[in-house]
Amino acid sequence: MSIVVIKEGMLSTVQDLGRVGYRRFGINPGGVMDRTSTKVVNYLLGNDADAAVIELHFPAGSFQFEKECVFAIGGADLGAELDNKKVETFTAARATHGSILKFRQRRDGNRAYLAVAGGFDCERWLGSASTNMRAELGGFHGRRLRASDRIEFAASAESRSAVGTAIGPSLRHSFASPATIRVTAGPEFDVLTAVCEQRLFESTYEISRHSDRMGFRLSGEPLFRLNDSEMLSSGVTFGTVQLLPDGQMIVLMADHQTTGGYPRIVTVASVDLPVLAQMAAGDRVSFKLITIEEAERESCELERSFAFLRFGVRNRSAGVL
Amino acid sequence: MDRIEPKIVPLGESAVVVEFGRVISEDLNQQATGLAKYLAENPFTGFVEAVPAYASTTVFFDPHLLYPADGIGGSISSSIISKINDAINTMTTGDAASAAVIDIPATFDLESGPDLEFVAAESGLSIDDVIELFTSSSYRVFMIGFLPGFAYMGEVDDRIALPRKQQPRQRVPKGSIGIAGRQTGIYPLESPGGWQLIGRTKIELFTPHAERPTLFQPGDLVRFVPA
Repeated sequence: MSIVVIKEGMLSTVQDLGRVGYRRFGINPGGVMDRTSTKVVNYLLGNDADAAVIELHFPAGSFQFEKECVFAIGGADLGAELDNKKVETFTAARATHGSILKFRQRRDGNRAYLAVAGGFDCERWLGSASTNMRAELGGFHGRRLRASDRIEFAASAESRSAVGTAIGPSLRHSFASPATIRVTAGPEFDVLTAVCEQRLFESTYEISRHSDRMGFRLSGEPLFRLNDSEMLSSGVTFGTVQLLPDGQMIVLMADHQTTGGYPRIVTVASVDLPVLAQMAAGDRVSFKLITIEEAERESCELERSFAFLRFGVRNRSAGVL
Repeated sequence: MDRIEPKIVPLGESAVVVEFGRVISEDLNQQATGLAKYLAENPFTGFVEAVPAYASTTVFFDPHLLYPADGIGGSISSSIISKINDAINTMTTGDAASAAVIDIPATFDLESGPDLEFVAAESGLSIDDVIELFTSSSYRVFMIGFLPGFAYMGEVDDRIALPRKQQPRQRVPKGSIGIAGRQTGIYPLESPGGWQLIGRTKIELFTPHAERPTLFQPGDLVRFVPA
């Protein structure tokens, strides 16, 4: 009832949708970077959206299954092979006892999600299996996975989804660069000069090397503020874009701090956050301003398609479809 | 009481920021923590969490539970904002009944406070005077943020208020006591950090498995007691 790490990957951690409700204690939600891919791959397997998965970065190492199970890989295409046979992303597949899962080459995206039917059984802290590496809590002993770590499966529940079931293109996001990322105006949007407001939406920004699960630093045409008045620390969220004193921006990602003291000029729309989360250093983005109503509508429409997917998978397994 | 109308603006589609003011003050901080407490005790549909800061409260909610927005042409955010305005008009402010005076035994020497010499030199005081000035005040916990259980406290005497280090340290030991401007704080975990370090405590500020995982809460008064 487990999977073993044979070869350590670049950064493999157990994650779920995060630890919600403890920001007021300074405890960040954390969780997966690409929430859409995680929900979709979990629903595909008949899991709850919040079942624990393993987030992988290339090179992703290799794993051995110690029990027959149904699994799927969502998000980035890292060239997965099970016993040397290609495994398509977002497709339920069967592993047998002793099967070896390897990742040959990165084709699209940067973060893949390995899910098993029933989810992984990991240390939960404050209701979540997400790995908080700073506090060394949650997930697999609060740390990244290393060779010979054994991650248990949560349940023997057979997948509700038939092997071979795949997700259609409508729930897979694009991996194109440059990508247009939709944003809404942030609390300090008005610190930008008129010229810089225009520049923000007409320029292309590159994700810099100094980017990780805490934040993506962008480099490009600098933006200037109307004045340099100091700002008091205040709440931030996954997708908050802060303007740093040097005129460059940082987009706060899954492991961001709970509060920050830089102007929050825009916020990435939650539907486009997974697109950004699949990017890495060298990829380029441009920003498009949308209204909060549009962002709400897009987010709620996506949530509706998740509900359809969940029903579809359940009914199919019950022989309804 | 004569108060400025708070400014409430969206922070993405699942949070709004309520800004009571832009300066560090006990009154503004009590409004920020008072709103967070009121909403936690009187949650609206979809409420997730309220995070108080110095003079603002960030309110998180799940927009999917509120879709489509009620009313004609309104957004979910605008309906949340009107609910928060109602809460502000109803709530009473003041510190939590559980706010406490907490003594923190600490060591202040060159080993535990590697920036003590710098702080003394910059302020034109002796090291003993710096320690005496710092430990003779009590400090209000204004907010928790940055790291689990990290409390932003103030206000430090102007004479020893120094800006953050130009180059942050990669590793600040757990328990280190630092100064940044008129703020002081204690690092609950080892982490990178840029505050001027003047001492260290062995008190655990972060107890991950306790019902309330942090020692401090906004409104607490903290006194440092040299060991």
